[in-house]
Amino acid sequence: MLEARELSFQFSPGVSLLQAVSLTLSAGQWVGLSGDSGAGKSTLGKLLAGYVTPQAGHISLDGEALPSRGLQPVQWLPQSPELAVNPRWRVGKILREAWAPSNAQCQAFGIQPGWLSRFPHALSGGELQRVCVLRALAPGVRFLIADEISTMLDPITQLELWQALKQEAEKRQLGVLVISHDTALLERLCPQRYHLHDGQLTSWSAE
Amino acid sequence: MSEAQPRLRAALSLGVTTLLVLGLVASQWLLGDSAQQMQFDARLAPPSLNHWLGTDALGRELWARTLAGLALSFWVGCLAALLSTLIALSLAALATLSPRLDALVSLVIDTLLSVPHLILLMLIAFALGGGTQAVIIAVAITHWPRLARVLRAELLQLRQAPYVLISQALGKSRWFVLHAHLLPHLIPHCLVGALLLFPHAILHEAALTFLGFGLSPSQPAIGVLLAEAMRYLSGGYWWLGVFPGLALLMMVLSFERLSNHLRRAL
Amino acid sequence: MLTIDQLSLQLPVYASWWKREWTTCLDKLSLHFSAGEVHAVVGASGAGKSLLAYAMMGLLPTPARLNGQLYYQGSPLDRPRQRQLRGRELALIPQSLNALDPLVRTQRQVAWAAQRSGQPSKSARHAAQLALDHYQLDARAQQAYAHELSGGMARRVLTAMAHVSQAQLVIADEPSVGLDPHQRQRVLAALRELADQGKTVILITHDLRHALPIADRVTIMRHGKQVETAAASAFQGNGDSLTAVYSQALWQALPDNSFSIRGTRKAQQDIQKEANVA
Repeated sequence: MLEARELSFQFSPGVSLLQAVSLTLSAGQWVGLSGDSGAGKSTLGKLLAGYVTPQAGHISLDGEALPSRGLQPVQWLPQSPELAVNPRWRVGKILREAWAPSNAQCQAFGIQPGWLSRFPHALSGGELQRVCVLRALAPGVRFLIADEISTMLDPITQLELWQALKQEAEKRQLGVLVISHDTALLERLCPQRYHLHDGQLTSWSAE
Repeated sequence: MSEAQPRLRAALSLGVTTLLVLGLVASQWLLGDSAQQMQFDARLAPPSLNHWLGTDALGRELWARTLAGLALSFWVGCLAALLSTLIALSLAALATLSPRLDALVSLVIDTLLSVPHLILLMLIAFALGGGTQAVIIAVAITHWPRLARVLRAELLQLRQAPYVLISQALGKSRWFVLHAHLLPHLIPHCLVGALLLFPHAILHEAALTFLGFGLSPSQPAIGVLLAEAMRYLSGGYWWLGVFPGLALLMMVLSFERLSNHLRRAL
Repeated sequence: MLTIDQLSLQLPVYASWWKREWTTCLDKLSLHFSAGEVHAVVGASGAGKSLLAYAMMGLLPTPARLNGQLYYQGSPLDRPRQRQLRGRELALIPQSLNALDPLVRTQRQVAWAAQRSGQPSKSARHAAQLALDHYQLDARAQQAYAHELSGGMARRVLTAMAHVSQAQLVIADEPSVGLDPHQRQRVLAALRELADQGKTVILITHDLRHALPIADRVTIMRHGKQVETAAASAFQGNGDSLTAVYSQALWQALPDNSFSIRGTRKAQQDIQKEANVA
């Protein structure tokens, strides 16, 4: 179980972004997080993945602190896949940076064998995003922070990406935090949903 | 050419420059010691069929001396540019380690850039006692800051790139991130930087030698040739200055063009 | 207003260091944009939407092969005419917010845009002021530099610039990317308003759902080809009034609709077949 307790974060003194935010994410659970831009959704995601350290509060995984080095059990997926890959590497090398997915897994994510020898700029945003998602699913990864990963995608590509991730997450009991300002999407994906406003989390359900 | 092809141009430029350099290197074998051979019956002869570019005050063939001078300048330029790039790269890498080191490196860069090149060059060359080695070191020490500044900025930006952060989160070591993600990205910068430094280095070597702080007068460097030519200019012996000067200009321009084309193509 | 006739575009791609190949980015597009309309051009990334905008503005990168014809108000629109009309009759609201001059305050930036359309500087300043007030940019935003503006404000500044330039044709390239719902609505409403004033607005976006409320007609693009042009009202229910399988699938895949594609495997085959025929 990934547990954040009383997290506070501010960029500069006096300008508080998050105020004592608590959130838990258990294995196999899908949690949605909405909020206006600038509300701190991304920052909360980065805090949970250990990219940023909070000024107060702490994050624990099964009661222990996140490891400081080695493969992180909580992986962060950013919005634009173009920035998340080394432009000088071929897609095959990018995909296998941490682990070697099987052919069946590639197929499940709709990754064509022909892509692997290409460079990332020869792939579309949706194709590259699928590569990034599969890359983050290394054995040992238990939680995913998906930060607006389908915002730049057209509806069909978006649907295919979530379907593939849903299947894999079910198989491995991954916990997923979906960050998006698309409330309709969150309603489709996540039984549990929160809204971040003025540094506070509130739970919401469909209207 | 209505459809611009940067890569084709870069390749052409690379071909031409390589040919020039190969020709220069090959000519040194064919020359033997003709650059030093004196002909007392043909002193200060103007350009003619027998003496292609004329001769100097001791009857030495100017074409042979120009070629020898170019070759010498080429090596000095090469070594100085290489050394400069190495200094720039290591200091830029050092600057990324801690904010304090970064401030120090930035201070050194700014200080060096605020002092006129030539004065610093003369001081260093003079302190090291002149000669080829001193010139190379002096040119290398004075030319790295510009490149170092570019590389430092590039590295600082790159370290925050999502793919670098993700690589760390995927459990990759610092060393892996450095040599697999960061350094390869800098190679084109270094290559273009070194090529841009090269003509500078040659010009400054010539300037230093011309002013008497560089190579010894016994070496047929372009700077030495030009300094000698000054003494005979008023006598109307124009070829002594014009040909070595043109040769230097050609070499510098061809490298300048090459680096510009490469920068566009990479 | 603006007519595109059999427009094709090829751009060079380096297959290796030497081999340069021409890939087709736009494939025989024929479209008509009329005055007083918001015409949305919708497609996945890589469908060639932005390139279409650049082709209309005459802003394509230099090694490009462009075939076909553009007509603006009945007469051919070639490069010199594009250059002459750009910033006067034709305006582009670019995708990148870097298009704002970082050294100039908002107010002057908008005034410059007005001046470029040929107004004397005094009335240009006046027009700029009106436009800034109209788009609800407060005094602080008017005195701000580009980096001090939020994404939504910057888009509204760009829209205000298109507004004061008195352009008859406004092309907005992904105007809602990176904005929260509130700001997105404001920006889109501003575009709708331009159309209601009798201008032609071309809305280029990957976001079908948010384009629909303000669009009159929608063109769906895929791999540089035109899949379908339909009235915005055709996108309703389960999309049966749409003719192309791809546009139906696009509509159904939206989270607010069924968030699924009927008979996915079959639909994919049909989409492929459709692409081959076109």
